[in-house]
Amino acid sequence: MTDVAAVGGATRVKRFLGEYPVVSLLLLLAALVVVLEFMRPGIVNERWIANTIKFAIPLAMLASCQTLTMLTGGIDLSVGTIATISSFVMATQVPISGPTAAVFIAIAPAVVLGLVNGFGVGVCRVHPLIMTLGTGLIGIGCLQVYQRFVIATGSEIPGFLAWLGTGRYGTLPHSLLLFVPFAAAVIFMLRRTGFGRLLYALGENENASRLAGVREWQVYLALYALSGLIAGLSGLLYLGLIKAPSLSLVEPRLLPAVAAAVIGGTSIFGGRGTYSGTIVGAFILTVLTTMLTVMQIPEGTRRLLFGAIILAVAAAYLRLTEDG
Amino acid sequence: MGIFRKESWNFGLLAILALLFLLTKFVQPNYGMRGIEGLAQAALPFAFAAAAQAIVVIAGGIDLSIGSMMAVTSVAAAVLMEGSTEVAAIWITLFVLVLGAAMGALNGLLIVVTRVPDIVVTLAMLFVWEGVALMILKAPGGGASEWLMGLPIGSVDLPGIPEGATAFLPKSLLLLVVCVAIVWVPLRQSRIGLQIYATGSSEEAAYRTGVPVRRSKVAAYAVAGLFAAMGGLVLTASTGIGAPIPGPYLLASVAAVVLGGVVLGGGRGGLVGPIIAVFILRLVRTILTFLSVDPNVTTIIEGTIMVAVVMVGGVLALRARRRKAA
Repeated sequence: MTDVAAVGGATRVKRFLGEYPVVSLLLLLAALVVVLEFMRPGIVNERWIANTIKFAIPLAMLASCQTLTMLTGGIDLSVGTIATISSFVMATQVPISGPTAAVFIAIAPAVVLGLVNGFGVGVCRVHPLIMTLGTGLIGIGCLQVYQRFVIATGSEIPGFLAWLGTGRYGTLPHSLLLFVPFAAAVIFMLRRTGFGRLLYALGENENASRLAGVREWQVYLALYALSGLIAGLSGLLYLGLIKAPSLSLVEPRLLPAVAAAVIGGTSIFGGRGTYSGTIVGAFILTVLTTMLTVMQIPEGTRRLLFGAIILAVAAAYLRLTEDG
Repeated sequence: MGIFRKESWNFGLLAILALLFLLTKFVQPNYGMRGIEGLAQAALPFAFAAAAQAIVVIAGGIDLSIGSMMAVTSVAAAVLMEGSTEVAAIWITLFVLVLGAAMGALNGLLIVVTRVPDIVVTLAMLFVWEGVALMILKAPGGGASEWLMGLPIGSVDLPGIPEGATAFLPKSLLLLVVCVAIVWVPLRQSRIGLQIYATGSSEEAAYRTGVPVRRSKVAAYAVAGLFAAMGGLVLTASTGIGAPIPGPYLLASVAAVVLGGVVLGGGRGGLVGPIIAVFILRLVRTILTFLSVDPNVTTIIEGTIMVAVVMVGGVLALRARRRKAA
């Protein structure tokens, strides 16, 4: 850490990093890539970069749900289930209703679950953690019941999703076509639109926002519906990427998505965070996963290290932005 | 009257539980002692998980790593007990309990030292403890000592008392009550217990009135770890082996804590409510099984009950606040 040498230069560097925390995250990402290349020379090639981007993109989309909800002091733990539902419904509806209709049928439950979350959080004032855990539970139950009705018709992954999920043009995977506009829209929304400002305002001080005339339930309803929609879309992307629909396709990505948002500097108490940080966080986690796989350490140690690193990065980030 | 008002939530829960028992008897007329025994046995690990979660939530935190800590203690017990003597098994049990408390204390220490929010730290520790469990035991295995396995099975029979008088009391229920009471009753009476409530109620206010906030947080997490260890031991006892992949205890513990009247955010509630809530949730499952409802639909119904309860609770709390403000 830079604060060991308390000279003028170091302080300035620290202040700079405190002001632009994304830079330090990018440095960490670069360092990880360098270490990886050092560990396994030649691994960082065109194909590897494309693969990393491919896996980081849907994770960054899932993590955007966390960033958006965390900005208001909430969290959305139903996104794993929602994304799984969308992907499974998509795959099973293609043989029944055709690919175009299937997209809409697959996204519908995602938005509905999001609206239920928003209703519970905004209107009934339920803690978002509980509300989204509950709807996740209901959603997974519904999915299991649904599964029995479509078991006979089988599943199919439409060509355009496979193209989007796995195709690449040099180092650039096709999924960037979806992700770049998406990320730009989210960043623009947070920085430039009234809705984005409302999210920060609610997270900073809900009472003050309410007294200033914000109808918070409307914001929550829109926010969680949006979160559900994004989760549904990332579910479709995961389907195109992994190509094996199952009842737990995206479920294991929920906690990494939360971790990506946290590593990216979103405060879980609300009011602070950026989506650009979250995107870098998703990349860091993806590279980290490769690294732990390359090192060929057993599964147990891998999980242990994964948890320890998340905690270390979160703690370091807190120091950096707090005292800077 | 005072006790009724103070414990109104718990009495409400007990009334619901009683109604559910009547409903069970109605649905399945020969539901009897054996059924209750099975219920208590099935509820046991969930009850310990709920107790663990409850104390952390009372202290103003939340622990996402409870399921993983149960897995660690379960496999630790199973690995150590395989082929050990009965006497050694007692020491192993004690060791596992200490291990649980130490793991919980480590969670608390990390929260206090890093100042990272509870939910993030315990999320990270969820991976860490899961990893530790897998390092101890890659696949389900190990063994359990005979007396540990016998602990939650059957009904209580005390020497000198006719069997009929105690046959109604399942051993697992007694085990639960004794284990929770041994930890909770002295704690609730002690200074540190009061400090845990104070910390959860308002950390700032507690700090300013001289409560060692950091110490009481660590203490709450340590006790949660102890309860999680009891849950892990019970898991090993009921299956005879240790399983490194945690069951659905995290979600269930949060649900039970909320149903049990412990307010997320801290400072209010106790351990009795969540434990009754565990029995309610298990009994609902039993009834739905008797009605031969598809287990997946049961999951939907459980989730809906949980969501509905917290929604109604939220609206009621909102109304109360409005009335106070008006």
